[in-house]
Amino acid sequence: MDYATLIQVSDSALRLATPLLLACLAGLFSERSGIFDIGLEGKMLMAGMASGAAAYLTGSVWLGMFAGIGAAILFSLIHGVASITFRGNQLISGVALNFLASGMTVLIAQALFHQGGRTPPLSGGARFTPIELPFAEALADVPILGPFYAEVLSGHSALVYVALLAVPTTWWLLYRTRFGLRLRAVGENPESVDTAGISVVRLRYSAVIITGILCGLAGAYMATGLQAGFGREMTAGRGYIALAALIFAKWRPWYALWATLLFGFLQALALRPDVIEGTFGLAIPVSFLDALPYILTVIVLAGFVGKAIPPRAGGQPYVKER
Amino acid sequence: MDKLPAWADLVLVPLISLLLAAVISVLVILAIGQDPWEAVRVMVQGALGSPYGWGYTLYYTTSFIFTGLAVTVAYHASQFNIGGEGQAQIGGLGVALVCLALPWPHWTLALPAAMVGAALFGAAWAAIPAYLQAKRGSHIVITTIMFNYIASALIVYLLVEVLRPAGQMDPATARFPKGAALPTFHDIPGLNLIFDAPVPANVTFLIAVAACFAVWVLLWRTRLGYEIRAFGKSERAAVYAGISPVKVIMVAMLISGALAGLMAINNVMGEAERLLQNSAEGAGFIGIAVALMGRNHPLGVFLAAFLFGFLYQGGAEMGLWTSIPIELRLLLQGLVILFTGALDNMVRMMLVPFFRSRRAA
Amino acid sequence: MPSANTQGAQRDTAAPSAPPPAIELRGISKAFGPVQANKDISIRVMPDTIHGIIGENGAGKSTLMSILYGFYKADKGEILIDGTPTTIPDSQAAIRAGIGMVFQHFKLVQNFTVLENIILGVEDGALLRPSLSKARRELKRLAEEYGLEVDPDAVIEELSVGHQQRVEILKALYRQANILILDEPTGVLTPAEADHLFRILDNLRAQGKTIILITHKLREIMEITDTVSVMRRGEMTATVKTAETSPEELAELMVGRKVLLHVPKGPANPGETVLEIEGLRVTDADKVERLKGINLTIRAGEILGIAGVAGNGQSELLEVLGGYARATGTIKVNGQEIDLTGKHSDGQSRRARGIAHVPEDRHHYGLILDFSAWENMVFGYHNAPEYQKNAAIMDNAGIIEKTEAAMEHFDVRPPIPSLPAKSFSGGNQQKIVLAREIERNPDLLLVGQPTRGVDIGAIEFIHRRIVELRDAGKAVLLVSVELDEIMSLSDRIAVMFDGQIMGERLPAETNERELGLLMAGVTETGGAS
Repeated sequence: MDYATLIQVSDSALRLATPLLLACLAGLFSERSGIFDIGLEGKMLMAGMASGAAAYLTGSVWLGMFAGIGAAILFSLIHGVASITFRGNQLISGVALNFLASGMTVLIAQALFHQGGRTPPLSGGARFTPIELPFAEALADVPILGPFYAEVLSGHSALVYVALLAVPTTWWLLYRTRFGLRLRAVGENPESVDTAGISVVRLRYSAVIITGILCGLAGAYMATGLQAGFGREMTAGRGYIALAALIFAKWRPWYALWATLLFGFLQALALRPDVIEGTFGLAIPVSFLDALPYILTVIVLAGFVGKAIPPRAGGQPYVKER
Repeated sequence: MDKLPAWADLVLVPLISLLLAAVISVLVILAIGQDPWEAVRVMVQGALGSPYGWGYTLYYTTSFIFTGLAVTVAYHASQFNIGGEGQAQIGGLGVALVCLALPWPHWTLALPAAMVGAALFGAAWAAIPAYLQAKRGSHIVITTIMFNYIASALIVYLLVEVLRPAGQMDPATARFPKGAALPTFHDIPGLNLIFDAPVPANVTFLIAVAACFAVWVLLWRTRLGYEIRAFGKSERAAVYAGISPVKVIMVAMLISGALAGLMAINNVMGEAERLLQNSAEGAGFIGIAVALMGRNHPLGVFLAAFLFGFLYQGGAEMGLWTSIPIELRLLLQGLVILFTGALDNMVRMMLVPFFRSRRAA
Repeated sequence: MPSANTQGAQRDTAAPSAPPPAIELRGISKAFGPVQANKDISIRVMPDTIHGIIGENGAGKSTLMSILYGFYKADKGEILIDGTPTTIPDSQAAIRAGIGMVFQHFKLVQNFTVLENIILGVEDGALLRPSLSKARRELKRLAEEYGLEVDPDAVIEELSVGHQQRVEILKALYRQANILILDEPTGVLTPAEADHLFRILDNLRAQGKTIILITHKLREIMEITDTVSVMRRGEMTATVKTAETSPEELAELMVGRKVLLHVPKGPANPGETVLEIEGLRVTDADKVERLKGINLTIRAGEILGIAGVAGNGQSELLEVLGGYARATGTIKVNGQEIDLTGKHSDGQSRRARGIAHVPEDRHHYGLILDFSAWENMVFGYHNAPEYQKNAAIMDNAGIIEKTEAAMEHFDVRPPIPSLPAKSFSGGNQQKIVLAREIERNPDLLLVGQPTRGVDIGAIEFIHRRIVELRDAGKAVLLVSVELDEIMSLSDRIAVMFDGQIMGERLPAETNERELGLLMAGVTETGGAS
């Protein structure tokens, strides 16, 4: 693979990694608070539909984004009611919400637009436009780093940069603030939080709402940034890849960035069979690249390469003892 | 949590959940400006109003019975097998390999062989997550989800690169030999008086009914089932009794995977007669709803599978003849799973005051 | 005779000029359903003292302290802090009132540092940095003042249990607790760690803190407390000054002069040795040694009772014999050694060797509560040939029939085999377990807490059945925390303390006081172990 091709693939990798990263960080908040969430997929899908529809109807990509966030938060709250308030099975709730989203998105999009469950193509102000980073053009001629800056880093829509900024922000929130300390504590040992006189329920709901916001951004990016409009099942399992990335990242923000970039790169590579053949000298099946994130995650889960230990209280409803 | 009588927990909770799901669906239909009663009429007419409708309804029912039973067996060992979809697809691979291996002279010979292939392949696909859970504590829900995706990638690869006959465009295996074709209800003497046109429902339906009975015998009549249920209720007590957790997890998951794999007899061998991409078409996931709705009992699974068979066929007709998209099925499916599996405590709480006041009265 | 007044205020400690008690409880009562956990309890804890609360398991100590820490609401009674009536609806109110609690099971976040655990819930602002540096300074001060050294940056899961406990104490001090409650603090500590803890407590007292020490160990009470209150069966039976009492007196107050249960029982006729245990050692997952070289023998036709306060290794002994815990050492049954670590060391192999086991905790081990009575009646024996119809199918009808007979034989009420185990009363549940284990005529019966949570009528029945089994020439190992049960049933009594056998006695030649001392780890030579 020559440098120009690498730049091309990296550019598309970053774009493909963005929804994964946002969804992965979304899952991080929920799971760090002790609420497992396999419903990331559904929340992204809902957000994609809501933002695509709202952006088309209002002509504003920003209103679209807020609609997406709202829709994802709504689903987050259903998950919260089921798993925090009614102490239901968090895994089943996640599965249910994914189906609910699959059905709901098409029903609503069809009712609104009568285009087979799609939104009409978005254009103009209803889409995120690329942002040129400062001096991108001027620096493009600097060898090696110049093209990387100009082609890979520059020229993406705002949400790509939001996603990248979300990584240090999440890290900071988690490890440098009171909220983060309590959030991590409630996912590890809710009793410690409860005996300290802090509400377990309120903490977990806040976490779940943040999950909704980030899933909303992920879905909005899918429908109004990566693509021009919502299409049925457009997330195509990205919620599950994000879940895999979260495990791969061992529930840590910076690792989440690397994991999603890796998975994004695999997706970008899968789109360029010519590059694979040129680089490796043999045809690696695209399906293998598709499956690789999942295979890697299973290997990590099995504890063969550094054990991935989930938050200790994850998945269990908190019942006050005594 | 207050207690409900056992029968209420068994019968009322799923029924109320279904009612809630139906009410919400009706509200959604109204919200998108359609007529719910027209929808119901089309669904009933389309699924149950003709032999043709019944032929499809029972065809779907057959698939859902297998995947519902798969979830049920794992559930009794306290394992949540979300991997039915992948296991069913790999089971389909087993069926295809068996059917294409020989020029089968008659379906009575091909069927048992294909069943073995389906069950073995399905079980094998469940074996790795089961082993990782039993020996290394890797969460089986996550691993089975991962294995669903790995399965579909593997199938795509095999269909595109390996099994596709030369010169064929679409990624699928060759057609199975004529001798491997299963008789549909239209081909069975006697039944063909009712089903006077070709329908997809086939002899696999009878195997599914037999599987219900077999699972019931397994769980409630054999030592193995006894150990599975004991382990599922209390791991600590099981260890006291000398029941091996590794054995129970492995065996229960292998049976679960085999049942999911057996579904492929119905759709791959009985209907498509070749292996296609995404052959399970979500039936593996519907198994979750079927098992939850059927309260993890084979009889309940049978009834719930029929209900979902009806919803699937009725939903398809509704998608065809009304302006309500076929995806309403997914909505219903999600709602049923949500209410029976995650908000069941809420449904119970709704019922408790009723029983309390009745007792007081 | 030192003053040991029952259920009253301590007239002798409250002089008119003295400061008000740091804590005063007046007439506290608390019931859980039909069980009266605390009955009209009054106690005054004077400032700058270490006040011990001693009593057997289930005497109501922990309930009382939970009320004080806001976990439970008392049904009746009032709480005064420094003479002011105070309500404590939740743990935050307790913290505000200056009460700090060190639980038996620590409430620490395992993958947090010491500092992070200290500030959790009492951070000074939205950002952690100022709180952390303040806590670091404060921790240094506390370390100097009380001898509580802990590395502030250490991660909890890498600390020893003793250090983790220190973090819990520091947590309370950081929250400006003036009253510190420690619930069985030495249960998880090595002797050296316990000594260190006592030095810390001494220091805290010297610096003006009030400490309540809940324990069942007499040695600790004698060593460190100023005043001691004794609880028995939910009541406060006495409060005395430690200097004016003796271990013997406390042991008697703790165990009480209970009416001996009458068990009609002739003399034992011991025969061949059935069980021989030598050098049995068990180390748990936390690498704490739970059994420290146990030697025991039981002969056919005798009941060996193991007396001891819960948590001294009796459970581990039963688990090893029952086949579901790993151990080193040797166990012989009828002269043949049994495998303690191999692949076939499980409950099934033990049953095959004629060992039956009525476990201590019937809800979590002995029964599957959702299973019917008849399913429970073969639990653990479900592979036995007589319960099978053929190679694959169990003989359910036959099992139900046998269950009906057994239920009649053991007077299980109601005698309905199809009823789930959870709908029987405690006594009837225990009879189901007992019937299952005895009906198969074992050589050795292990019985743990046979009458825990069982009504009086059933107790007598269960005792009679155990004696009958002995008279049929079987060996019985009885573990119970009820001393009177041990005394009235056993032919020999071994006392366990801290994973060791403190001594063996014949029931006719001993009394509660002597056993109580042994149970508390005080050997006959007069010294504390």
